[in-house]
Amino acid sequence: MSELVAVIDYGMGNLHSVGSALEHVGAERVVVSADPAVIREADRVVFPGVGAMRDCMAEIRRLGFDALMTELIEDRPVLAICVGMQALLERSEENGGVDCLGLMAGDVRFFGDDLTDSAGRRLKVPHMGWSQVRQQMDHPLWAGIEQDARFYFVHSYCVAAKDRDAVAATCDYGREFDAVLAHDRLFAVQFHPEKSHATGLQLLTNFVNWIPSC
Amino acid sequence: MGLAKRIIPCLDVDAGRVVKGVNFVDIRDAGDPVEIAQRYNQEGADEITFLDITATHEGRDTTVNTVEKIASEVFIPLTVGGGIRTTDDIRLMLTAGADKVSINSAAIHNPEFVREAAERFGSQCIVVAIDAKRVDDVDGQPRYEIFTHGGRRPTGIDAVGWAKHMTELGAGEILLTSMDRDGTRDGFELGVTRAITDSVSIPVIASGGVGNLQHLVDGITQGGADAVLAASIFHFAEYSIGEAKRFMAEQGIEVRL
Repeated sequence: MSELVAVIDYGMGNLHSVGSALEHVGAERVVVSADPAVIREADRVVFPGVGAMRDCMAEIRRLGFDALMTELIEDRPVLAICVGMQALLERSEENGGVDCLGLMAGDVRFFGDDLTDSAGRRLKVPHMGWSQVRQQMDHPLWAGIEQDARFYFVHSYCVAAKDRDAVAATCDYGREFDAVLAHDRLFAVQFHPEKSHATGLQLLTNFVNWIPSC
Repeated sequence: MGLAKRIIPCLDVDAGRVVKGVNFVDIRDAGDPVEIAQRYNQEGADEITFLDITATHEGRDTTVNTVEKIASEVFIPLTVGGGIRTTDDIRLMLTAGADKVSINSAAIHNPEFVREAAERFGSQCIVVAIDAKRVDDVDGQPRYEIFTHGGRRPTGIDAVGWAKHMTELGAGEILLTSMDRDGTRDGFELGVTRAITDSVSIPVIASGGVGNLQHLVDGITQGGADAVLAASIFHFAEYSIGEAKRFMAEQGIEVRL
């Protein structure tokens, strides 16, 4: 039986792109599903997300994906994207404060209204566009991706992880934030690999081929 | 190094073909939207904007079909605009593979629609398009007003105030088109671009009037835009996106090469 990649569907956002990008990089079978039974059958799982955190967490809990995620990261590769990454942390400042899954230590903070770059110019929020990603550890998912390569970001809140050993990459937008976290079988990215042209497709290729050593 | 300034080629699509009008009137066929989108993707476009300029009910299926085809082959952000009037329209385009939708006249008829759309789908996918025309005050002070119907119908709404209002309602980005310049190739209307970029906290895309690569640079350095949108200079292969980016980089603008 060929490998199955499941994209978890909890009603938040454009999953078409994630699915077609995975197919484009050679994933044999891709299913977009909200059914825990289908997701459990997958060899690898993508946990995406867009929109506001309160709505995301409400849907994650309603569908029982909080327990499911805890289970999935124990025994198979999981790629979390954007709000999917943020949901892994303990808490987000969005919507007046939302408790998240707590699978990674740390929190999610607002960029701020008075964000400026090193030259003192005001920066817009959301952070929208192509920024450089500074790799902070060796990882199989960085194969073929240059140091400081640009990826496409869209977010107003950013991750600050407590476990600095889990920070696989950082990014600078008015302040330095954690752009990628990695721990065992879990790889979590703030940017959108499915929207990051050839570099993003390389990362998805690496994910589809990844055999975690732990 | 910070955030790259974006170059966004725009496809104005009528009945499944890319067209480009001068001031939205004289329409010229530039080809198949899927093929053109693929070319821009290969050349290094940072995003693609797809504007359905007919937006009739009959044309809607064609648009959805084209958006699906582009989204399954082009892995950069895709914005779809033209005839977005309801949350169902937004859902339809996002399901087809769009990442953002551009709302224009529906925001003018009902500003609350922008709030509803942002709350439902997130600000990151709500672009508000503003078509502005210069209408100076009696004392000669520049003032910019929003026009609808391809620049023919005034609304009495001040463009700068409107951009601020749309930001408050939850817009994630402003697509600002100068109706005085659109199709003229005389360059962006830098006055209104600067006035709006200085007034809002969200990214602004400058549009309307690009005739050469220096115009793209001016939109960013003088207009203060976060992204520049152009159509005809790219459609007829006068310049490639790569050439445009190299030119901008030579002028000291940070771009994704």
